Amino acid sequence: MKIHEFQAKELLSDYNVPIQRGHVVYSSNEIEKTIDRVQNEFNSDAVVVKAQIHAGGRGKGGGVKFCSSTESAIESANEILGMNLITHQTGEEGKLVNQILITEALDIEKEFYFALMFDRAKNADVFIVSTEGGVDIEQVAEKTPEKIVKAWVNNDTYPLDDAINTIINALTLNSFNDAFEIFKNIYNCYSNSDCNLLEINPLVITEDQKIIALDAKVDIDSNALFRQEKIAKFHDTFEENPLELKASEYGLNYIKLDGNVGCMVNGAGLAMATMDIVKHHGGEPANFLDVGGAANVDTIKNGFKIILSDPNVKSVLINIFGGIVRCDRVANGVIQAVKELNLNVGVVVRLQGTNAKLAKQILDESDIELISAETIDEAAKKAVRLAS
Amino acid sequence: MSILLNKKTSILVQGITGSEGLFHAQQMLDYGSNVVCGVTPGKGGQTATENNLPVFNSIEEAKKEFSIDASVIFVPPRFAANAILEAINQNIDLIVCISEGIPVRDMKKVKSVLDNSSSTLIGPNCPGLITAEESKIGITPGFICKKGSIGILSRSGTLTYEAIDQIVNIGLGMTTAVGIGGDPIIGSSMIDILKYFADDEETKGVVMIGEIGGSMENEAAEWIKNNFNKPVVSFIAGQTAPKGKRMGHAGAIISEGSETADAKIKILKECGVSVAKTVSEIGETMLQLIEE
Repeated sequence: MKIHEFQAKELLSDYNVPIQRGHVVYSSNEIEKTIDRVQNEFNSDAVVVKAQIHAGGRGKGGGVKFCSSTESAIESANEILGMNLITHQTGEEGKLVNQILITEALDIEKEFYFALMFDRAKNADVFIVSTEGGVDIEQVAEKTPEKIVKAWVNNDTYPLDDAINTIINALTLNSFNDAFEIFKNIYNCYSNSDCNLLEINPLVITEDQKIIALDAKVDIDSNALFRQEKIAKFHDTFEENPLELKASEYGLNYIKLDGNVGCMVNGAGLAMATMDIVKHHGGEPANFLDVGGAANVDTIKNGFKIILSDPNVKSVLINIFGGIVRCDRVANGVIQAVKELNLNVGVVVRLQGTNAKLAKQILDESDIELISAETIDEAAKKAVRLAS
Repeated sequence: MSILLNKKTSILVQGITGSEGLFHAQQMLDYGSNVVCGVTPGKGGQTATENNLPVFNSIEEAKKEFSIDASVIFVPPRFAANAILEAINQNIDLIVCISEGIPVRDMKKVKSVLDNSSSTLIGPNCPGLITAEESKIGITPGFICKKGSIGILSRSGTLTYEAIDQIVNIGLGMTTAVGIGGDPIIGSSMIDILKYFADDEETKGVVMIGEIGGSMENEAAEWIKNNFNKPVVSFIAGQTAPKGKRMGHAGAIISEGSETADAKIKILKECGVSVAKTVSEIGETMLQLIEE
């Protein structure tokens, strides 16, 4: 689960990590008051106005503005709050800015890149730092990989203290007495908050020689939210695709894509493989949808509702491997759902597994228009043809 | 022969009184698995399944009455890591965790304890394993399996079933199928399972199913090139998956270039592994390879 910059900074602050301070504004009538408050509270005439959306690339998209005067701050804040911000991560449609963060402006001497995440290959957490901060780290990795330093941490082989010393050396922070403690606190914040990712870009040294987190991007392990009460409240449903949100309410795993062949599948791997074979036959999948192990009338009905809420969908491909669930029951579920929902797109059904033959017979003999298929290959071809 | 599991393997079910645990314990018994007892803390003294298997409060108690080779875990994700740790501490040889949704931080702890133990962990977030016509641990549908010569290993549940089905229908049949799980941290890697298949005389070829995310397939490809002499057919799901989106499995997310399906397919091919172009060609590709 992604959270906003101001929420991520709040988490860091809870662990005594120095952050660029500020306050959040949700409505335009709070703007002037908040700018005044930031200027006085943090003794900073200049302020920075930052759009709070989950996507990255906000600065380039015009969602972050440095403002040297109160007037320009008011102007920028009014411009950014409520704007439709388009960045390389939002897609063409952009993202509405519902809240902005107004912060103190700092005099910066150096900018670093900092991230903590889990490295699966090494089975350890990894610090990733670079002296090239404030820019797109993927470009740094491509052009000057030697400027990226990694240091690993786990219970057995890689002690935390060693990793911290490695990054302190890499960033030449040896003269900063508080550097070790700050990095230790960031690590504790990352670990105790069940973060998948904690990225600070940039982490800066100010002219008065302080280490400060200027930005923060955090992704939380959704499976751990049951024990992260505070963070669970950070969930901003507005940031999610409405269909994906609706699907999660139904207990379905749905991701919207750009094609026109709707896919309904049980199991994540088979769902991906089904999307792939649609593409292989010249079609474009409209979505990823895993209806889970127990496909029944309700899950199929809800699956249809979600898939057909996408106006691009021209055909639906149902691919269910009936293991514990019998295919004849799934077939009856499909028929019932199609009848109740009055579908107006072509539906191709491929059921394999327990009672697959009986299921095909039920589908072929039903009085509704369904196209049955025996293999995924055949099903995908038919669904692609229907959609084109 | 088979790997990891045969009809004699004595099995304990952790979470046997829950709805999932009870249902699948019965399914396993019906398949012929040697399930001997179950554990649910606080429910010791009860019985479960049509076979009236005894329920104990802990594995320690169960071990006083039964010799246990393997444990299968069907407990809610927030308690599952502790269930795995209990099984490791009780020196259970084979631990299979079906539960999906265990926090990564909990699995980091499990992994470090596991690495210093003699136990083998399969999963979590997996369908378990099945040795055709002998025994199954987990939720794989038994009726699709027929004895034969192909070993199967996969990060995905329903894709495991799909592969079994194709391998059986094309007439090759299978030895053991192992679903290793779709989480970022799992007990046994592809290489771990390939090593078992390498030593199993009856396994003449292996189907290895991967997906986007992580680098396990890439490491397995290199290992196969240098160490594995049997034919391998691979399939990688997620060629159309967008970057940065979690595709159902917690581990199926592309965070860098080497984690895409295309990158993995390229490395597998470079290492001499046959890659099925689509999911429906897994069986045929293996048949061609075996006949050569």
